[in-house]
Amino acid sequence: MATEFHNLQELRHSASLATKVFIQRDYSDGTICKFQTKFPAELDSRIERSLFEETVKTLNCCYAEAEKIGGQSYLEGCLACATAYIVFLCMETRYEKILKKISMYIQEQNEKIYAPRGLLLTDPIERGMRVIEISIFEDSGSTSSSSTGSPSSGTAQ
Amino acid sequence: MTGNMHLGVEEPIRECQYNQICTHNSSTMDTPHTKKKKIKRKWQVFPGRNKFYCNGRIMMAKQTGVFYLTVVLILVTSGLFFAFDCPFLASNLTPAIPAIGGVLFIFVMGMLLRASFSDPGVLPRATPEEAADIERQIDTANGPSGPGYRPPPRTREVLINGQTVKLKYCFTCKIFRPPRASHCSLCDNCVERFDHHCPWVGNCVGRRNYRFFYLFILSLSLLTIFIFAFVITHVILRSNRTGFLSALKDSPASVLEVVVCFFSIWSIVGLSGFHTYLISSNQTTNEDIKGSWSSKRGKGNYNPYSYGNLITNCCAALCGPLPPSLIDRRGFVQPDTPQPVAQTNGTGACPSNQVQSHMT
Repeated sequence: MATEFHNLQELRHSASLATKVFIQRDYSDGTICKFQTKFPAELDSRIERSLFEETVKTLNCCYAEAEKIGGQSYLEGCLACATAYIVFLCMETRYEKILKKISMYIQEQNEKIYAPRGLLLTDPIERGMRVIEISIFEDSGSTSSSSTGSPSSGTAQ
Repeated sequence: MTGNMHLGVEEPIRECQYNQICTHNSSTMDTPHTKKKKIKRKWQVFPGRNKFYCNGRIMMAKQTGVFYLTVVLILVTSGLFFAFDCPFLASNLTPAIPAIGGVLFIFVMGMLLRASFSDPGVLPRATPEEAADIERQIDTANGPSGPGYRPPPRTREVLINGQTVKLKYCFTCKIFRPPRASHCSLCDNCVERFDHHCPWVGNCVGRRNYRFFYLFILSLSLLTIFIFAFVITHVILRSNRTGFLSALKDSPASVLEVVVCFFSIWSIVGLSGFHTYLISSNQTTNEDIKGSWSSKRGKGNYNPYSYGNLITNCCAALCGPLPPSLIDRRGFVQPDTPQPVAQTNGTGACPSNQVQSHMT
């Protein structure tokens, strides 16, 4: 387990991308946005299982909150319909607000937990909400550039 | 990287400005802050067969001829109604008639434009790394294949609410399609909760614009019935005074309106009824046509997405939360090859930028 504390900047300059792990969507509850909490084998030596699961569970909760059909979403929907959806020119939807919260959370997780371990989470919105992309960086001594390392033969997730 | 996220957000915009100045001077010198190529917005490199207008704010299908026909039909019929029938009706009956007609007309046009111009819920194609990862998983799952052995179709099975659903692999987009998504061959995109491709609206109808489409056809039904009814009223009232034929001569536009409305009503009201049924059972047109959840397929076959309750299904479809666009049309394209060069900040190894997606 990496115990050295890496600054994100240091990480970028001194580390090179080794491989990427993709956490896929979990469709067992329908079409709502939910990610699998299964711990990928590639992260076994990099991060504690509980930390990873905590991150994914929090994200799942946030997305569930965003897609929840209840009082507030009905209110928003009816108001929007009544104003012919013009109201969305001035105001953000609840979904967008929660997505912003999620971005902040991922940033915070990256800074506090993942970067020190040589990992980087990518916000799922940037991958079309299909996957949580986790980039695994290896420490390289030199700063000589090598383009994105070809992913090592991965096992099925 | 996230540590420089804030810098990273501003840098591309600054680079863009530098870039514009540089291209005017046609400077070929590579300074750390400029690029040789002009930075493009994502809509300009979008792989699907869509057309974009207003610098990526508006998104439509490739063939838009029928859409213009829809707009012309609505504008002309309504225009004739307001110009020729409304003055008589307002003065002889009540001015509420043109007022209500006006509100309906504005609502119809608003919903039409909203349904036509917004992103229906297009799924962005997989990045090369994602595609490679999925390929690897499929190969592992299928096992070794000898020459001449055709691998089975790529599917994954998921259990949703007790019903087994097959997720298909899209060869174009290189993703496993989420449930209810489908690939539109006209637009060459995978669309979430794909309903159908509507040529009248000039766009696919999917998760993000289904409610606009439904409200459009519903309000259009009301508008056509409204115009039809009041044009008939107008002609009848006039005929009471001056006789039928002279009434028609005084108001020739009414004939055209009645003809257009008469033929439209059957199709549009029928379509509204059909979609009301679909909404109340939480099905898409695609699923209904294929009979995915029909009891004819098997005894235990039921729709796993339905909330079981008609009201909840309707509310979910029309008043549920509206997800933002996943394709970030107006975002800037990041340089493709990440080069971990020490000089520049924010470029190269930085995987992505903060998404500036706006919902339209």
